[in-house]
Amino acid sequence: MGSVRVLVGTRKGAFILTSDGARRDWQIDGPHFPGWEMYHLRGSPVDPNRIYASQTSDWFGQQIQRSDDGGRSWEPVGNEFVYAGVPGTHQWYDGTQHPWEFKRVWHLEPSLTDPDTVYAGAEDASLFRTTDAGKSWQELSGLRGAKGNLWQPGAGGMCLHTIVLDPMNTERIFIAISAAGAFRTDDGGKTWQPINRGLKSPYELPDPDAEVGHCVHRIAMHPSRPGVLFMQKHWDVMRSDNAGDDWDEVSGNLPSDFGFPIDVHAHEPETIYVVPIKSDSEHFPPDGKLRVYRSRSGGNEWEGLTNGLPQSDCYVNVLRDAMAVDSFDDCGVYFGTTGGQVYASADGGDTWKPIVRDLPAVLSVEAQTLP
Amino acid sequence: MTIRVVLPHHLRTLAKVGDEVQLQVEGEITLRSVIDALEARYPALRGTIRDHGTQKRRAFVRFFACEQDLSHEPPDTPLPVAVATGAEPFFVVGAMAGG
Repeated sequence: MGSVRVLVGTRKGAFILTSDGARRDWQIDGPHFPGWEMYHLRGSPVDPNRIYASQTSDWFGQQIQRSDDGGRSWEPVGNEFVYAGVPGTHQWYDGTQHPWEFKRVWHLEPSLTDPDTVYAGAEDASLFRTTDAGKSWQELSGLRGAKGNLWQPGAGGMCLHTIVLDPMNTERIFIAISAAGAFRTDDGGKTWQPINRGLKSPYELPDPDAEVGHCVHRIAMHPSRPGVLFMQKHWDVMRSDNAGDDWDEVSGNLPSDFGFPIDVHAHEPETIYVVPIKSDSEHFPPDGKLRVYRSRSGGNEWEGLTNGLPQSDCYVNVLRDAMAVDSFDDCGVYFGTTGGQVYASADGGDTWKPIVRDLPAVLSVEAQTLP
Repeated sequence: MTIRVVLPHHLRTLAKVGDEVQLQVEGEITLRSVIDALEARYPALRGTIRDHGTQKRRAFVRFFACEQDLSHEPPDTPLPVAVATGAEPFFVVGAMAGG
């Protein structure tokens, strides 16, 4: 039958939720690293018991933790993230130039083929890589060469929050930065190009041809079709059918086209999920109803999924890294809220129930399908 | 010399130590030499008390000893005799934060 392990990062520690393939009864393990901000935990696709975790603190800085036994025990590994060469400057809020300063790791993406290789997305926006299981980290500084001097932080900080590895082309990686946009490398990270054509951000970016400066919240891909990308932007849900060269809006009938996460069904490449959020200033679900929206047509036509989700007086948010799917035949979908709930659906979104209700604010959710 | 150091809760859990650690420190007992010895003994603490590159104290970390705030002292400032002789501990403290 197999089992599932859900890795949850919160503002005050990490939690590991486990169940068998039925996904009805759950065991809650944690908190791991209590009191620390756990931005992201992610297991290696090659060795699922190898899990990497980003542990941060405004007081004590960045740690990377590694587990080799599925999260039962952890060891701190390398935490020195140094920008390559002279880091230079980027745009600051007042339009002046500001030096690059490392703050934290938002996202960890283990290699699809090597458990010792991991990519780390950092704030201030930069991409690092380890090839020795986290002992040392090197910046892929070519990314900042893609007009990095024009990047400017949004209210949430200038973070590299999304890393998508192409399973069919090891040289191709997609990343996204708030509020700079989406970028792609086709040479293993040496050089990068902005891939933001078709994104429209008229309020923040009056120039309709602006190559960078778009507030991309999340990108998702189905591994069987790496040229098709889905994006939740600050406003607008977008798709690209040519690996990001061009984007088209597919917001369709969503009640709000603002949101943070977006994900793809494990077995249906045209089935995608978003959580509409009321914006720009409120950042909670429209009408106090927590609804996941599913499109089975790759966008434009959306259905609200409400069965088991609170439909009154709900004012939580769902952050960009806080949605995941498992790969059971009946695809499981998971998301966590800033109110500390983690919801699960074992039937592709038709019905939902909370796995756990009262965690600290959830920053990230990942699902591991285990044999 | 044996120097006693008290760490804040989160650094104790990170370094997997108890309430107080004891360090052997050679030469002059200063802020720098004590933290150098601390990081050498517990590598997980590198980067948590002072920046990896600049070696500057992190903004929300404070240093105290013998009821004195040493946070703004230069790194080569000798620590009080009571710390250097092991009579009093050197405190690394997380700054208070409201809210």
